[in-house]
Amino acid sequence: MTIPKERHVLVVFPHPDDEAFGVSGTISTHIKQGTPVTYACLTLGEMGRNLGNPPFATRESLPQIRKKELIASAEAMGLTDLRMMGLRDKTVEFEDDEKMVGMMADLITELNPSLVITFYPNLSVHPDHEATARAVVRAVRRMEDRPKLHCVAFANNTLDVLGNPDVVYDISPVRDQKMGAMKAHISQTAWMLEEMEHKLAQGDTETENWLTKERFYNYRWDQDFEESF
Amino acid sequence: MELVEVKKLQVELDAFANRDVYLHLETTNGSYATHFNEGFFNAGAFIRNVVINYELGKVVGESPHRVGLKLPHGWVYAQGITHYELDEQGRLLLAGHDGSGKLAVALQISETPFSY
Repeated sequence: MTIPKERHVLVVFPHPDDEAFGVSGTISTHIKQGTPVTYACLTLGEMGRNLGNPPFATRESLPQIRKKELIASAEAMGLTDLRMMGLRDKTVEFEDDEKMVGMMADLITELNPSLVITFYPNLSVHPDHEATARAVVRAVRRMEDRPKLHCVAFANNTLDVLGNPDVVYDISPVRDQKMGAMKAHISQTAWMLEEMEHKLAQGDTETENWLTKERFYNYRWDQDFEESF
Repeated sequence: MELVEVKKLQVELDAFANRDVYLHLETTNGSYATHFNEGFFNAGAFIRNVVINYELGKVVGESPHRVGLKLPHGWVYAQGITHYELDEQGRLLLAGHDGSGKLAVALQISETPFSY
């Protein structure tokens, strides 16, 4: 599947590095095609657990490290409109729900995206992911002229619930940008990258596949996760 | 951060006693614990920027250590503490990191509020 040209793409995730694993190839491709992309990152991953042993950071110094990594990831993808939304990691679901919808609605109104990318409600594992997904879906649901909504789902039961992803992009032309985004978040990805390079050297097709394909689900409005909000 | 040396950490704990201090206390298994191990019961707690005033603070045991703070009307304690640091802002940061370098517990005290 080739990536169509969009008017504007809005990406919304709660943590620095959420964009790197599943979406950085798609973001890089849009940017290469001249489509403006905005990434709204809700927190700075303040509660990240990878601090090392011996530790390379403290609970208090981690946010500044992750902020720099987020900026470096944006640079690796060529992304120039990075919004840091100022929430705290692991508290997104406890924010006022209407306030969260308002935050998303403001971004959509300002940017008028033809495509919004976020997580899939009930299939994205982390409570912050779920809260982000709910807020984005609610904001888009209220729009008269809804943009396309592509969602990342990775819960263990995803295949049972949704089947195979209906949007699969070949991102091999921007493989370097994707590796760059993942390497930018080195404080959180070091062990994973080491394992990945080992697997790639052994010719592991699953890992290779991960670097060349990105998968999304069109949000299914006919199976909406709630009747109304 | 450095590995806890009981005598050195005890001096730092004593220095914060009997004055109002801001507390950060956190225990965590991470938000992915049940994703990677479906039978896992994931529990944790988090409190940040609550003011306490402890009359006695103690670090006890071999690493991983326990640290307890006795309050006029109650207690604060954490177990699993491995590392500590008095940071450049004079805040006492204690943490427990597991063998893979993941934080499992944090107990921090400061005379000024921690960021948001």
